[in-house]
Amino acid sequence: MQEMMIAKARELLKSGAVQRVLGWKAGEFAYDVEPAVFESAQELEKSFVYNDFCGSNLSKYLIAQSRKEGKTLVFLKPCDTYSFSQLLAEHRIVRENVYAIGIPCQGKTDGETLKGKGFTGILSAQCEGDTFTVHTLYGDKTAARADVLPERCLNCKSKKHMIYDELLGEDGEVLDSHRFDMVEKLEKMTPDERFAFWRGELSRCIRCNACRNVCPACTCEKCVFDNDASGIAQKAAADSFEENMFHIIRAFHVAGRCTDCGECSRVCPQNIPLHLLNRKFIKDINELYGAYQAGEDPDAKSPLTDYTMNDAEPGIVYHRGGNQ
Amino acid sequence: MQRIGVFVCWCGSNIAATVDVAAVSDTLKNEPGVVFSTNYQYMCSESGQNILKDAIRDYQLTGVVICSCSPRMHEATFRKAAAAAGLNPYMVEIANIREQCSWIHKDKAAGTEKAIILGRAAIAKVHLNAPLTAGESPVTKRALVIGGGIAGIQTALDIAEAGFEVDIVEKQPTIGGKMTQLDKTFPTLDCAACILTPKMVDCAQNENISIYAYSEVEEVKGFVGNFHVKIRKKARYVDTTKCTGCGLCTEKCPVKKVSNEFNLGLDNRRAVYIPFAQAVPKVATIDADHCNMLKSGKCGLCAKVCTAGAIDYKQKDEIIDREYGAIVVATGYQPIALDKYDEFAYSQSKDVVTSLEFERLTNAAGPTGGTLLRPSDGTHPHTLVFVQCVGSRCEDDGRGKSYCSKICCMYTAKHAMLVREKYPDTEVYVFYIDVRTPGKNFDEFYRRAVEEYGVHYIKGMVGKVAPRADGKLMVQACDLLANEQLHIEADMVILAAAIEPDPSARHLATMLTASMDTNDFFTEAHPKLRPVESPTAGIFLSGVCQGPKDIPETVSQASAAAAKAIGLLAKNKLTCNPCVAHSDEWMCNGCSACEKVCPYGAITYMDKEFRMPDRTTAIRRVASVNPAVCQGCGACTVACPSGAMDLDGFSNSQIMAEVDAICKMK
Repeated sequence: MQEMMIAKARELLKSGAVQRVLGWKAGEFAYDVEPAVFESAQELEKSFVYNDFCGSNLSKYLIAQSRKEGKTLVFLKPCDTYSFSQLLAEHRIVRENVYAIGIPCQGKTDGETLKGKGFTGILSAQCEGDTFTVHTLYGDKTAARADVLPERCLNCKSKKHMIYDELLGEDGEVLDSHRFDMVEKLEKMTPDERFAFWRGELSRCIRCNACRNVCPACTCEKCVFDNDASGIAQKAAADSFEENMFHIIRAFHVAGRCTDCGECSRVCPQNIPLHLLNRKFIKDINELYGAYQAGEDPDAKSPLTDYTMNDAEPGIVYHRGGNQ
Repeated sequence: MQRIGVFVCWCGSNIAATVDVAAVSDTLKNEPGVVFSTNYQYMCSESGQNILKDAIRDYQLTGVVICSCSPRMHEATFRKAAAAAGLNPYMVEIANIREQCSWIHKDKAAGTEKAIILGRAAIAKVHLNAPLTAGESPVTKRALVIGGGIAGIQTALDIAEAGFEVDIVEKQPTIGGKMTQLDKTFPTLDCAACILTPKMVDCAQNENISIYAYSEVEEVKGFVGNFHVKIRKKARYVDTTKCTGCGLCTEKCPVKKVSNEFNLGLDNRRAVYIPFAQAVPKVATIDADHCNMLKSGKCGLCAKVCTAGAIDYKQKDEIIDREYGAIVVATGYQPIALDKYDEFAYSQSKDVVTSLEFERLTNAAGPTGGTLLRPSDGTHPHTLVFVQCVGSRCEDDGRGKSYCSKICCMYTAKHAMLVREKYPDTEVYVFYIDVRTPGKNFDEFYRRAVEEYGVHYIKGMVGKVAPRADGKLMVQACDLLANEQLHIEADMVILAAAIEPDPSARHLATMLTASMDTNDFFTEAHPKLRPVESPTAGIFLSGVCQGPKDIPETVSQASAAAAKAIGLLAKNKLTCNPCVAHSDEWMCNGCSACEKVCPYGAITYMDKEFRMPDRTTAIRRVASVNPAVCQGCGACTVACPSGAMDLDGFSNSQIMAEVDAICKMK
């Protein structure tokens, strides 16, 4: 696949159809793959990679890249196309400046997860079927796929590309995933248990802002947390509830727009399962307003910015067991 | 720093009984920025307002907090007083310590504490207030009346009399509405047509009135004083400028079996028809669903016989764009469908009819020429049973309406009386829950039916109507006063079906952004003090669209709505609400969230060139608000993810400051 992608990118660059390529480049270690812009065949040859560490979602980078002169080629995994589609619906990306190529994905692991499973001296990794082979300095080691993939990939919602100009490889289907299982578990807790759970998780937050910076729904020209005039920036730093507030406000801000790409949890250095907050919103929207996934259909009306006669009334909170 | 004055009102004992007003003014004196604080018996009185004006001058106040009743009551009063003393009126904030405090609490200590907190919140807000200046918008001096029944006709005539242009939009081929179908009108028993048709003719002849019959409102944009309306003039396939209304086509049309809606399906009309003799405009209409020529291209008889050459099979719907300053809704009502009331055998027997059908059966212009005959066999009925409250005042059984339809008691008394008068050999029974006859000469009218005409009024409901093979209707009912079961062999049963708003009203309300209650009646701005205005500025309510009412009441309300509309049209300029939204273009993402939630269409987007901090230029999509269209509802400020949208007078930071002040520990 990597070779096919490089060949395609080189061809498009050479013909002048695109001026730059948005992809992933290799870093110091095998798992240090990061998003990068390539402007020549030489750069592509030197460092373009596509492997099982290419988890990062490139859609958000198109906001800046599509405002430049000329066209940008971007490679999008199925889940990235949801974000791309949502950003188009929000007028954040200049569509005519983008050439999107859909690429297949069987789930992406990352260095943190592998190291957590005891792998050291990682040189590369390969997934075949359900077996995951890690090449290390100390020889090849294998693990079950389920053990080395993050939760977002194990509960992948779709192998189907929502939007693209061209497809490399086969397109898949929208999957019947179990992504709301953990949310259901949290819903079954008592309010006190749930509060304790989130306090426990969120107390680890160091406010590095990685989740916000990577989030393809967090694309404000000026984030409210960076804006003194918003009246929120100072609120979030008031006391020990600070981080909790930050994440709650952020979840509200992306509600109805989150594509459940899971990047927030992937980049969190403290391994906080942030995506569960967003999934709770998605699940609630599905239950209260009918099935809706942001990014799926760019012409669909988002339930939170569209009024219908059958909309849930605010009192629904109490009917669902909220405190009076 | 603002120099704030606090004024706590006793409202006689309304506030002072459950709030220690002196404690409130003393405590609020210590709040930051407060340089003056007092309390007074009636702040809204002349002398109360003078205290406010004097304090503004003496203490050079830059902000004012009035702890009193709801801002809906006296905000305007205090703003005017402040303006008279030289302070910008939008520097006045009201803390509602009556409706939201004294009236709902019994414990004086708790009430006092809450009043202080509410005052504190208002002070926190005033600190962030900025003077606002209201703009002006012009007024289009023309009114639109939607619905051409007696309500719409009366409103249009009154507005036209005042010298303003009025358009009536009526979806039927003629104006006149339900009243044209009635026989006599209570309590004076004059003939409906005799009193209505002169008004219809007046409408047609008045040079200020344009009638758009067989037309519907398609789209409404704009705001008070400046509505832009699209009217769909449905194709009649008849050139109304040529048609003389001679009716020759309606006699020659070969399609004879079209159910006649004017007679509620009790007889038939042709595919080309004029609803009734006094129709306004009196022109023919071709029913496209039944016309052979329009369906298959074979016929053309009406075009051949028309001496005026008015038939035009190629006519298309026409969209008319018009501008209006005021809109009056007069959409009226329909009787409810009775398909869920099988116990009364309405769908099983032709001799079970609704009261409106009964009007047609007794009307000289009706299918029987005014002689009361049973629809099934054309014989003279001897026993008639009237059932009241069919679907009105209904328990929540999913079939009827919880409200009283108001007109049924009186028209049933009228029907019963007229039958007994014309046919003394009949027995007439009326089953009722209660007889409600408030109104001038109403109760006397009902008593005449009982005492002079010998109508049998029985308190109780009919349980079942069973048609018998011989054509009789077996009515099973209870007499609650005598506590016994009754079995009556009836020839006809007449059902007083509940009335409900016309089904087109719901869609119209959405277009007008006018609010409705759960029964789809339009809501008035205040149930007692502003009964003919919708809460949406520039929209007025006339007739049953606002709630059940009879003809005298409808006509009064129609004139009242006209007076309100005239008051608006008489103005050259309207003062705009300065509390409108604006977008901070540097923060705007151009995501369209605000545009989607704006109920007034006040937000548009443009691509604008910006000089960025790094000295490059960038074209960004940003929102802009039309302040003349914005109503200041604030929906956009909540939807905006970046906080770029803000509402003057109710800014995000002001609301946060209020919340902080309320949450602050003592």
